[in-house]
Amino acid sequence: MTELAQALEGYSASLFGAEWGPALFLTVKYLVLIVCIALPVILCVAYLTLAERKVIGYMQVRIGPNRVGPAGLLQPFADVLKLLFKEVVVPSGANKLLFVIAPMLSLMPALAAWAVVPFAPELVLSDIDAGLLYVIAITSMGVYGVIIAGWAANSKYAVLGAMRSAAQIISYEIAMGFALVCVLLVSQSLNLSDIVNSQARGRFADAGLNFLSWNWLPLLPMFLVYFIAAVAETNRLPFDVAEGESEIVAGFHVEYSGMAFALFFLGEYANMILVSTLASIMFLGGWLAPIDSAVLGAVPPIIWLALKVGALLFLFLWFRATFPRYRYDQIMRLGWKVFIPLTIVWLVVIAAWMQTPYNIWTSP
Amino acid sequence: MFEYYVFWIFGAILIFAGLRVITARNPVHAALFLVLAFFTAAAIWLLLRAEFLAIALVLVYVGAVMVLFLFVVMMLDINLDRLREGFWHHLPLALAVAAIMLVETVLVLGRGYFGAGALPPPGDPGAGYSNTKALGRIVYTEYVYPFELAAVLLLVAIVAAIALTLRKRKDTKYQDPARQVAVRRADRVRLVSMPAEKEK
Repeated sequence: MTELAQALEGYSASLFGAEWGPALFLTVKYLVLIVCIALPVILCVAYLTLAERKVIGYMQVRIGPNRVGPAGLLQPFADVLKLLFKEVVVPSGANKLLFVIAPMLSLMPALAAWAVVPFAPELVLSDIDAGLLYVIAITSMGVYGVIIAGWAANSKYAVLGAMRSAAQIISYEIAMGFALVCVLLVSQSLNLSDIVNSQARGRFADAGLNFLSWNWLPLLPMFLVYFIAAVAETNRLPFDVAEGESEIVAGFHVEYSGMAFALFFLGEYANMILVSTLASIMFLGGWLAPIDSAVLGAVPPIIWLALKVGALLFLFLWFRATFPRYRYDQIMRLGWKVFIPLTIVWLVVIAAWMQTPYNIWTSP
Repeated sequence: MFEYYVFWIFGAILIFAGLRVITARNPVHAALFLVLAFFTAAAIWLLLRAEFLAIALVLVYVGAVMVLFLFVVMMLDINLDRLREGFWHHLPLALAVAAIMLVETVLVLGRGYFGAGALPPPGDPGAGYSNTKALGRIVYTEYVYPFELAAVLLLVAIVAAIALTLRKRKDTKYQDPARQVAVRRADRVRLVSMPAEKEK
């Protein structure tokens, strides 16, 4: 692989000169790698929609979609084709440019954040030093898609949905950020690969019980806060007041149709996969095997990551099938009056814990 | 060389976005162009290898401040004609301020403090160099007092903002979630045992 890359780089340099050759080669190389990440993500999104309908179907003692293809496996493609051939209706009085841009803005951050996600040791597009910070910054831009969509559609329900969503996402971002600060405190790095590697060390990992030294156990309250905040950030039930079918019809995307609507859908599910992956990396040991043994160690690391992500995604679907929607003021209360004080206190507790001889993360 | 072209592209976008912030008729458009300007400025900082500052700029200004800003601007019902009313009246004063600012900028920038010779472009710091660690080390040692002063200032601002908007009204109806959760069935529902009635 490296030889091929070197040969291609040399060819590029000979074709475009020593100055532009390497730059062009880098650009093309990263574009190819981006496609290699984005395509599987979008495919996962397609099958997550099917999994959601199937899982919720079984939870409600139904069968779910089973007509298109064997056992309904081609259903996502049928849905995409249907949406592709539908007309995108732009409401009169809507701000056309912003109306078209908004769905892209909601999908873009969900895909861009994958740049720093490590899938296995050394298997990461861009192993930057401030990876965690990059992820927080990029995912915090997702709210623009929702706000702009709500405003540009020139509809009162859409504006109401956008307002709710903006307030909710800003509120839960704080708790989410503090939970992640705890993670970077104990792993002493902002780099996502380092965060995973730091979870392979500790008293339990030395005894072979890897999964007990992952961050979820010592940071259990933070793990719960992070995951609940993640559900709120992705506008999923029981926190999906931005859509709120029963009160504001469909919230911010009420005026969207066809492929523009599909992009919002894609963004929401890509975000779900992203936050599940991040939770696996931060708290569940990323690609690490749960027990240090030869059999489990032989499984490719990326499979472990996929299993953890799948389990968390199942939780998302389970929540949707189980919980009724929160009332809006209670969402705000939970975010501001429960999560933020809890995370701040736990941050101080962890910082103090790390200064004592009972510190389990770093050797003195 | 490639980096220079990237810089020129980002610089052009930044200037265009900055101009549109002040010339856009619609306040929401202006706010969105400000978002674009922040984002592009972060990209230029990345070119200077200040990745921590660049990401912090996106996180704080684009991710939080501008969202709230947009939130407020969208709620306002701004009459565009009223907004333009005093344009010619205020123009001389605005031009004077702009001229003074321009002269000041030229005086500062023209003295060579910020020339290419005085501030060479940062070279490649090499693999393993952590911008975040370097910044943290300086902030928590050399500049620890200014840093903590800034923190206290922000805390005061938070407390003041809450104190300004905190109003207790006696006639407000509100729910106490703790009491709502503590409610038992017996408090709300009374089962009445009645003999079945027959229609005559």
